[in-house]
Amino acid sequence: MWYFDCPHVVFGEEALSHLAQLSGRLAFIVADQNMVRLGLVQRVTEPLAAAGIAHVIFAETEPEPSLQLVQRCAAELAQHQPDWIVALGGGSCIDAAKAAWLLYENPGVDLAGVNPFDRYVMREKAHLIAIPTTSGTGSEATWYAVLTDTADQRKVGVGSRQMLPDLIILDPELIVSLPPLITADTGLDALTQAIESHSSTWHNDFSDALCIHAVKLICEYLPRAYADGTDREAREHMHNAATIAGVGFGNSQATLAHAMGHALGALFHIPHGRSVALFLPYTMEFTANNGSDRYVDIAQGLGLPTRDGREGGINLITTIRELEAKLHQPQSVRELGINYEDYTSALPELVAKAEMDTQIVTSPRIPDSSELRRLFEYAYEGRSIDF
Amino acid sequence: MGIKFASAEWMVALKDELNKSEGYRDAAKTWEGDFYWIITGMPGTPGDVYLYVDLWHGECRGANVSDATAKKPEFVIEATFPIWRKVVDKKLDPIQGMVTRQLKLKGNMLKIMKAPKAATELVAAATRIDTEWPA
Repeated sequence: MWYFDCPHVVFGEEALSHLAQLSGRLAFIVADQNMVRLGLVQRVTEPLAAAGIAHVIFAETEPEPSLQLVQRCAAELAQHQPDWIVALGGGSCIDAAKAAWLLYENPGVDLAGVNPFDRYVMREKAHLIAIPTTSGTGSEATWYAVLTDTADQRKVGVGSRQMLPDLIILDPELIVSLPPLITADTGLDALTQAIESHSSTWHNDFSDALCIHAVKLICEYLPRAYADGTDREAREHMHNAATIAGVGFGNSQATLAHAMGHALGALFHIPHGRSVALFLPYTMEFTANNGSDRYVDIAQGLGLPTRDGREGGINLITTIRELEAKLHQPQSVRELGINYEDYTSALPELVAKAEMDTQIVTSPRIPDSSELRRLFEYAYEGRSIDF
Repeated sequence: MGIKFASAEWMVALKDELNKSEGYRDAAKTWEGDFYWIITGMPGTPGDVYLYVDLWHGECRGANVSDATAKKPEFVIEATFPIWRKVVDKKLDPIQGMVTRQLKLKGNMLKIMKAPKAATELVAAATRIDTEWPA
């Protein structure tokens, strides 16, 4: 027995106009200053006004949202009592909105203790709409949020299946202006989610189908969107692909590249997508070296030669590396500009963090501590995994 | 000839497998916590079966057949016999089992979620026992 959950999705040209069809009283918009500055908040408030829905704007969300920010947001939700919460932005805004929503519906709950085993009251006060403006973290399609406890300097995972947004709006116009570097970082995050979720030990028929197609869309349209942000066809397919990958990921699980990427990102402040995508080819090699044939389906979906699992894996890994090169992404930790001595002295902590990451448990091949250390070392040098 | 599942001998075998496993020792090096594993509806056994396991910093300090009152462990995991069999046969991931409530957990689930590798190695150790299953 397992589950499959997916929000209602409105996608394509003019998708934002769907807001004018909603019924409600007050929408609380969770965004950041960029969304205000770029005029994207107004693109949301106008159709809401057409539906007769008033709005309040909370534009304080920061990158890597803090527990403390979410508590402030929830306090404002309690003050205004909206019946819609609208998350507008990248993964940070959406994660903050999800967590604040849960706290709004469950005042006093300890966010650090929220977990998929317990049941929470939800949807008695408001429903959640997620409008991503990157393609993307997939946060709009998952039931998880990552916050930072600034008091204790630690990451706090907040996860409950009941936190899944009710509605996702994918309007490609929102991402036409996304700069190339962010296009690449977030696009590769989606790619890593899709590939890892397909090979995860929690994979299932539903997530497999989504992940295979997400990889196909990303490989075709991400280079185009990177090269020309005004390529609207590419932007639309990439935006859809990121959410498709997010649904796959949310119903399966990411694996080793995410565990390693989280560790590196936490210690060296590397953007999430860049960090996980860097490790992806190395962790794929590690998995494939153990005889895994989980990459064959994806390789076949891309039309790559796949006489057997090994050939399929090798060809897929090569394709990933070529894609990353096309996107001018670093392919080794050294290329990130991280000093060798700093990295070497951080290795014990990198290994410890990766081992404690829940994403590692669903890896088709789980490394022990010494293998994990070697993975980090090889990734620094840009050396193919030979163990 | 296998060892009867959930017997005293099986628990001894589990303790041995855990304590000779480098993988378990490495994965559970910071783990502190003991368990009741409660098996309901085991064929041929009246009443529930209580298995007690004491795990400490990569070592299994004790593993035995117990009863409902002998210990007050930090964690209690209860499931039907078919579900326990699926876990040991590696047909059910224990974390997925807990999320879907097929394995009913009492205790700090976040502590378990923070030791994912240890849980995997624990199941792997049980899988290595040549088990005779009740009919």
